Amino acid sequence: MKAAVIVFPGSNCDRDLAVAFEQAGADVTMVWHKDTALPEGIDMVGVPGGFSFGDYLRCGAIAANSPICQSLIKHAERGGYALGICNGFQILTETGLLPGALRRNGGLKYICRTVGLEVASADTAFTSGYNKGDVVNVPIAHHDGNYFVTDEKLAQLQDEDRIAFTYTDNPNGSVADIAGVVSKNRRVLGMMPHPERAADTGHGGTDGVAMFRALMDQFATA
Amino acid sequence: MQEPAITTDLIEAHGLKPDEYNLILEIIGREPTFTELGIFSAMWNEHCSYKSSKKWLRTLPTEGPQVICGPGENAGIVDIGDGDAVVFKMESHNHPSYIEPYQGAATGVGGILRDVFTMGARPVAAMNSLSFGEPDHHKTTQLVNGVVEGVGGYGNCFGVPTVGGEVRFHPAYNGNCLVNAFAAGLAKTDSIFYSAASGIGMPVVYLGAKTGRDGVGGATMASAEFDDTIEEKRPTVQVGDPFTEKRLMEATLELMQTGAVISIQDMGAAGLTCSAVEMGDKGKLGVKLNLEDVPQREANMTAYEMMLSESQERMLMVLNPELETEARAVFTKWDLDFAIVGETIAEDRFLILHNGEVKADLPLSPLSGRAPEYDRPWVETPAAEALADVPQIDAIDGLKGLITSPNYAGKQWVYEQYDTTVMGDTAQRPGMGSGVIRVHGTDKKLAFTSDVTPRYVKANPKEGGKQAVAEAFRNLSAVGAKPLATTDNLNFGNPEKPEIMGQFVGAIKGIGEAVAALDMPIVSGNVSLYNETDGSGILPTPTIGAVGLIAAGEEPILGEARDGHVALLIGDTEGHLGQSALLAEVFNREEGDAPHVDLEAERKNGEFIRNNRDWIKACTDLADGGLALAAFEMAEAAGVGVQIDMDDTPTLFGEDQARYLVACNFDQAEALMINAQKAGVSITSVGKFTGDSVKFGSSEASLDELSATFRSSFAAAVA
Repeated sequence: MKAAVIVFPGSNCDRDLAVAFEQAGADVTMVWHKDTALPEGIDMVGVPGGFSFGDYLRCGAIAANSPICQSLIKHAERGGYALGICNGFQILTETGLLPGALRRNGGLKYICRTVGLEVASADTAFTSGYNKGDVVNVPIAHHDGNYFVTDEKLAQLQDEDRIAFTYTDNPNGSVADIAGVVSKNRRVLGMMPHPERAADTGHGGTDGVAMFRALMDQFATA
Repeated sequence: MQEPAITTDLIEAHGLKPDEYNLILEIIGREPTFTELGIFSAMWNEHCSYKSSKKWLRTLPTEGPQVICGPGENAGIVDIGDGDAVVFKMESHNHPSYIEPYQGAATGVGGILRDVFTMGARPVAAMNSLSFGEPDHHKTTQLVNGVVEGVGGYGNCFGVPTVGGEVRFHPAYNGNCLVNAFAAGLAKTDSIFYSAASGIGMPVVYLGAKTGRDGVGGATMASAEFDDTIEEKRPTVQVGDPFTEKRLMEATLELMQTGAVISIQDMGAAGLTCSAVEMGDKGKLGVKLNLEDVPQREANMTAYEMMLSESQERMLMVLNPELETEARAVFTKWDLDFAIVGETIAEDRFLILHNGEVKADLPLSPLSGRAPEYDRPWVETPAAEALADVPQIDAIDGLKGLITSPNYAGKQWVYEQYDTTVMGDTAQRPGMGSGVIRVHGTDKKLAFTSDVTPRYVKANPKEGGKQAVAEAFRNLSAVGAKPLATTDNLNFGNPEKPEIMGQFVGAIKGIGEAVAALDMPIVSGNVSLYNETDGSGILPTPTIGAVGLIAAGEEPILGEARDGHVALLIGDTEGHLGQSALLAEVFNREEGDAPHVDLEAERKNGEFIRNNRDWIKACTDLADGGLALAAFEMAEAAGVGVQIDMDDTPTLFGEDQARYLVACNFDQAEALMINAQKAGVSITSVGKFTGDSVKFGSSEASLDELSATFRSSFAAAVA
């Protein structure tokens, strides 16, 4: 798998995501936000966590308008894969590649802790390493992770089995306990929790490893 | 613009005493200009000059084979082998945080991070030690919420994991909270950057964010007591921008790799003045600045304002002129300002020009070299009176008395607002002893802790100073880390009062003795004095930040107690209840002497823990709350009950030092007993981890119930 990880000036999980991809065996290129094109032959674009442009306005709103994101949108429209984590999820909703929006946490405070996630759909390239209904432990670290979609859109997500993960104990007020959703073609995943922080025995557990392995398998067999 | 005339009132408003002003007249042989007066006031206030503390700071042990750079630079540097170095420091932002909690705390974090990356180190861990007034005081809730959000707001965005810290409450902090921020970074030993300028005619470059009027006079404000005019001081607090700091860090580290940096200094307290003087003074050179070239955020700024602004996220460097193009490109990439604002000059001169007009023309070296230094009168703190009888208390009632207090309740409410796992190397998060991170890409780990028990220091400054170091030593040893070095953040009241100065002197003596005996030299630090409001001072609070190393191939002790584990107590118990947590929280008595610290026993017992790591499943040091609180916390973290055989109050709640509680299997306990006997270390089997209750003798309560109390009391007190 050839992966690109986008680096915004305020990204701070870019290295962490690159390490998780590399540990799964991927070939990773870091891509600067001012670049106008992704490198040739990229299978997967990682949009990392952090505070892309400080997030003083709506989180991810400025990043979504950066030169590289225009290229990311084209990549996704061509059927390319993308994984947005935390701020990356916020950016993906701002680009319109994923539905909904991330609001301030219900409790209004930043929350960093390990939470239980239920695999709501194992029918994606990202989650095929899990079984539907599995509960995995993955850290969250965000101030604006309170996922919102309209009732109508929620019904559509449910009908199309596009909810990838739900919280077992909703920490932030997200609609329908949603922690991560995929695009209609199931190739773009956005999630608030950090699987890249659960991909190493020395740090935060290994429940995230299955996601990175599954992605590798997907591209090995593709 | 016409500068104001120099009057007695103006001199006083700059915090300069009459004899200090006379010294200025003697040095320059004329009346200073307004800008010059501002420069002197910025350089000579307590915060920047350490004029009351220098004499005593010099007595602290600062050297050792592991020390690459001791105090005097932006941060201390310690060798951790394989060409790696850890760079760290702790610094206070007390006064600003009381005035404007969010921004005060945020910029405290920003300042300490800058100190670390200025030296070429990428920050990898942060801690903070916070002291607030009593929970019921009308300011406390607002301060706790603001400070914790500010610490998190800055560190989380910047992207450094917060791995440890302390939070305490005491009425003595009602009028002065303490915010002590620690940061540590990793550098390569062959790629460390210092502040001493070198070369004549070298360009002096301004980097980072633009200069505004924020924080003008901040360092002078931070060197004064508070009174009822405190609200008027709000404009002296700076405003932080962690996004800019993150870019400044990336750009600075990238710039350093180009070879363009001759020397570099961050702009902290007293901004442009302090950084330029520091670089010139250390390099024995003069500095000339053209202020019209300084990137400015506001219109019509005066020389005085620019020289005293404490706008954040700025750096000053001396540039290798041959690499200007490369250097500028890095800052353009990160969309930050890069402006040549002056040059180094041969004469000992600090020459400030603004639009061609001379605004200051001073000899440079006396600005720091001849700053006043005081040998403040001090009186020894009188010996504490003997402790009157302490009644026996039901052990569970005693424990409940502790864990319902926000001082000893779980701090989840605090540390869950901090990103503790960013950077992907956190091996132990806050909550239980030291924070531990892995040195990225290696098998080495670093442990961090921050400790002090202000009640002890007040009762007995010397033993209290020793105890702060000893507790840090124990916290590092308890995770299997070899203590390496220390940073001290010394928070005290008004040093012009001999009894306060006596606390300071006593604490320094104790700290000095302990760091020498435990081989943890002081490599950096900060002094915060005048923590008083309307004449009432804080508890003396010399916060000790310490760093330990777990070498490659060594296992850290990070396990949890399991059902069936034996509970072993390492170290001697006499049942010292003077100044104990139980006495303070349950009996509302802060009486008696602090526990005395046997440094030889500390060393021996710490080494025992580290040498026997293979037999130990879980370990914690005993501190406030003694055996009872340690046993409960270990059980609570693991979700397993505990039975301690003893139930008498001094044994369970006494705070004798040099002790650890260890959990291990029965077979391992036997091995530990034998090894302890060989090492001459006292070891006692005190019970076991089992079941779902906490039991001391026959006094018992459900773990779930206690755990719920432990986890909710903090939020209940302050949220």
